[in-house]
Amino acid sequence: MGTQQATDGRPPGSEEHPAGAQVEVRGVTKRFGDATAVSNLDLDVAEHEFLVLLGPSGCGKSTALRLIAGLDEPDAGTIAIGGHDVTDVEARDRDVAMVFQSYALYPHMTVRRNIEFPLRNRKVPKAERDRLVGEAADALDLADLLGRKPSQLSGGQRQRVALARAIVRRPALFLMDEPLSNLDAKLRVQTRAELIQLQRRLRTTVVYVTHDQVEAMTMGHRIAIMSAGVLQQVGPPAEVYARPANVFVAGFIGNPPMNLLDGTVEVGGTTLAVAVGDARVELPPALASLAVSTDARDVVLGVRPEDLTVDPSAPLRATVAVVESLGHERHLVCERPGGELVTSRVTGDDDLPAVGEELGLAIRAEGVHLFDRATGRRIGP
Amino acid sequence: MRTVLRYLVLTALAAVVLFPIYITVVNSLLTPGQIAGRPPTLFPTHPQWHTYSTAWSQGHLGRYLLNSFLVTIVIVVGQVVTSIAAAYAFAFLEFPFRRTIFVLFLATMMVPFEITFFTNQATVVQLGWYDTYLALTVPFLATGFGAFLIRQSFLAMPGPLRDAAELDGAGHWRFMTKVAVPLARPSIAALAVFSFFGAFNQYLWPLIVTKDERLRTVQIGLRYLRSTQVDQINVTFAGTVLAALPLFVLLLLFQKHLVRGLTAGAVKG
Amino acid sequence: MTAPRRRSRRARRVREALLGYALVAPALVVFGVFVFYPFAKNIWLGLYRTPPFPGLPKRYAAFDQYERVLTSPEFRNSLRTTVVFVVATVPTGIILGLLMAMLAHQRLRGITIYRTIFSSTVATSIAVASVIFFTLLNPQVGLLTYWLGRQGEPSLLDDPRWALWAVSGVTIWQNLGLSFILMSAGLQGVPDDLLEAAEVDGAGAWSRLRNVVMPLLSPTIFFATIVGSILAFQAFGQIDLLTQGGPLKKTNVLVYAMYDAVFRQNNEGKAAVLSVALFAITLVLTLIQLRLLERRVTYER
Repeated sequence: MGTQQATDGRPPGSEEHPAGAQVEVRGVTKRFGDATAVSNLDLDVAEHEFLVLLGPSGCGKSTALRLIAGLDEPDAGTIAIGGHDVTDVEARDRDVAMVFQSYALYPHMTVRRNIEFPLRNRKVPKAERDRLVGEAADALDLADLLGRKPSQLSGGQRQRVALARAIVRRPALFLMDEPLSNLDAKLRVQTRAELIQLQRRLRTTVVYVTHDQVEAMTMGHRIAIMSAGVLQQVGPPAEVYARPANVFVAGFIGNPPMNLLDGTVEVGGTTLAVAVGDARVELPPALASLAVSTDARDVVLGVRPEDLTVDPSAPLRATVAVVESLGHERHLVCERPGGELVTSRVTGDDDLPAVGEELGLAIRAEGVHLFDRATGRRIGP
Repeated sequence: MRTVLRYLVLTALAAVVLFPIYITVVNSLLTPGQIAGRPPTLFPTHPQWHTYSTAWSQGHLGRYLLNSFLVTIVIVVGQVVTSIAAAYAFAFLEFPFRRTIFVLFLATMMVPFEITFFTNQATVVQLGWYDTYLALTVPFLATGFGAFLIRQSFLAMPGPLRDAAELDGAGHWRFMTKVAVPLARPSIAALAVFSFFGAFNQYLWPLIVTKDERLRTVQIGLRYLRSTQVDQINVTFAGTVLAALPLFVLLLLFQKHLVRGLTAGAVKG
Repeated sequence: MTAPRRRSRRARRVREALLGYALVAPALVVFGVFVFYPFAKNIWLGLYRTPPFPGLPKRYAAFDQYERVLTSPEFRNSLRTTVVFVVATVPTGIILGLLMAMLAHQRLRGITIYRTIFSSTVATSIAVASVIFFTLLNPQVGLLTYWLGRQGEPSLLDDPRWALWAVSGVTIWQNLGLSFILMSAGLQGVPDDLLEAAEVDGAGAWSRLRNVVMPLLSPTIFFATIVGSILAFQAFGQIDLLTQGGPLKKTNVLVYAMYDAVFRQNNEGKAAVLSVALFAITLVLTLIQLRLLERRVTYER
């Protein structure tokens, strides 16, 4: 299996953990009746990587996870874990552990029995079992709860038991299906940090499914975004945010979401501009040259709220509809003459325009994203 | 005042329900002469405990009870085991004709034993099982109702538990014994109670497939104990008490389970 | 890491299917031999006239025998007797069970004792109940005979006017416990605050019963009626122990008539026709039950 890389600051003892396995998903398709849950999925997860599968509900991310786990069988394609083709290997022989959204603890077993269950199934001798359970319980601060039943635990404690049951047999690959969504908001933030620490310490490969982009952005080394069964983009959080590959990703990542305005590319002398309604937005030179090289004239112009600033002289006109104050920042939701809503994020203590006021919105040149309206694909770098 | 009235009504009803049982116990402790005497004796001033030993030994109640328990336990264990097995297949396994087979199981509930008893008796005779424990037990080793009841409780189990167990390395056997069956325990207990009552109280079937006294169950024993002879009438009463005692003890010990079992069982029809 | 064990999907499916068949097989064999085979054989037996002397060949009679048996006065008597028995035992049992359940539902000290007493007859089998009453109705020494002032007369069980009612009474008593348990379980489903609210409103016991309890309990009652009827149509033990179908065939219910046809008259063909008739009755009752069940499900949605 993969190489062991020594990292500074790694706690003693973690060398025993096998290094995480890499995962290769090739051309995997899964249909349920007429519906295609996952379509021709190609996905690589590197050793020790924390990969987040992100998407709205029903996008196929959970199915993808179940396919990797071996709980569902693909209709086409192959899956390899740790360099071995496991497409025809049963779930229990894949060396994979999973944490479920509902935790799926065995309600009739104590915490100890729950954690022990995978070891008993694999006939691990008692002494070894006790040691491993002890370690897992210590790692997740469960030592005092081993005698309890799941019904006697809080949501957070149950979640930790589910994690302990998953790590106790040191799987090569960790799968997590929305493990935080049943926790309250405060606990979720705390557990998020603990999960990251745990992964960095154990260095197992993790595939983590969520619909929550904040989790995705904060936890993942890379994010894989899915929609309607199709993989949209894979990349580090910063890259996905800075260069969304298509209109779906652009609209899905970021809060408040990116403003997406339909426009037409117009050639005017030496410059290129996009006409959005009656307003013309000049394109920066780098983007302009690219836009010329594509045939697309009908485009979608994307601007993140923070790249949209109030400028009385700007040609893009809009009327303030709502002002949301979040304390450290404000969101101006403005209505364009055509009825479209655009959002601008304003920081600082500038005087805010009043609701109903008409104003101009300027787009920061480097904040322009351009997409081909026909294909939805990004134009430019 | 209202409370007093409530207690009065409750007590009156309780007396009606309990009276036949009470008088049976009393009469079992009287001499035949006292039983025939008028006005009747309603309390045993000189309890005749020996009627019980007479019923036990001369009336062979001991042997009959043993037979009843043997037959009942085999049937209960058999029904529970076959029901769990079939329910597991219906709930957790995929195989061709699963639905059809399940419908067949349900269909058995529409054919009560009172419809097929004489044909089954002929079958038992043909198999050479007449006057054997096999005849008393084998026809009842499976129940469509039981399979249905336990399947329901398997299906009510949260779905991720099966997935979790699979990833935890549990095969079907370990999943069944360590997860599914423990979680279905209330339904299994209900089925066990229901089949215990059914098996212990059987009357028609043992009557037609046994004549050997050594195989006689207690219900059939009562038939022969039901004497019209006045000089043995206290023994008849004692035998009746002995025959009913096991279920009374069970009722007192397991009232909760029993209620569940009988209520679930009533769904069967 | 060594390569994990691989098994083709097909092989996995086959293994799973084989396991499935192995698990249903034991029950299926029992059902085949003791439910489906005899059921089919009964229908077939009904088509053949049983010879008057054993050893002679059966004679194919097509539906002639069905027609003859089902139109005979004997069958009509059996059917009437059975229906009277069902009508006499089932509603009475349910009403008494409901009454006891409602009384025992109150929060009173010592109520558990009453509950135990009310459920106590579930511990009696039909044989136990029958023998108790058989002895209590003994013409010479029976206590009930004495209290009814019938000493010197034939036992109630030998009196053509009374036998069926006596048998019904024994059956009702034996079923009280079960009826009480069922009705209590149904009553558990009626929220306490509903009962209490009605009390605060000043609703009397009767109107509370009619307007609050009955509507909520009606599924349980319907249900108990159907199930109770199916079971009552199958009555045998009390007849065999108390009256043997007599006097004058006044208690010759269907199952007893079947038993009599096979084991006394050696007429399997006739018993087979009767069994098919009983099956038809059971089927109709079951279908009614399924209809009600369906309706109840839609209510709940």
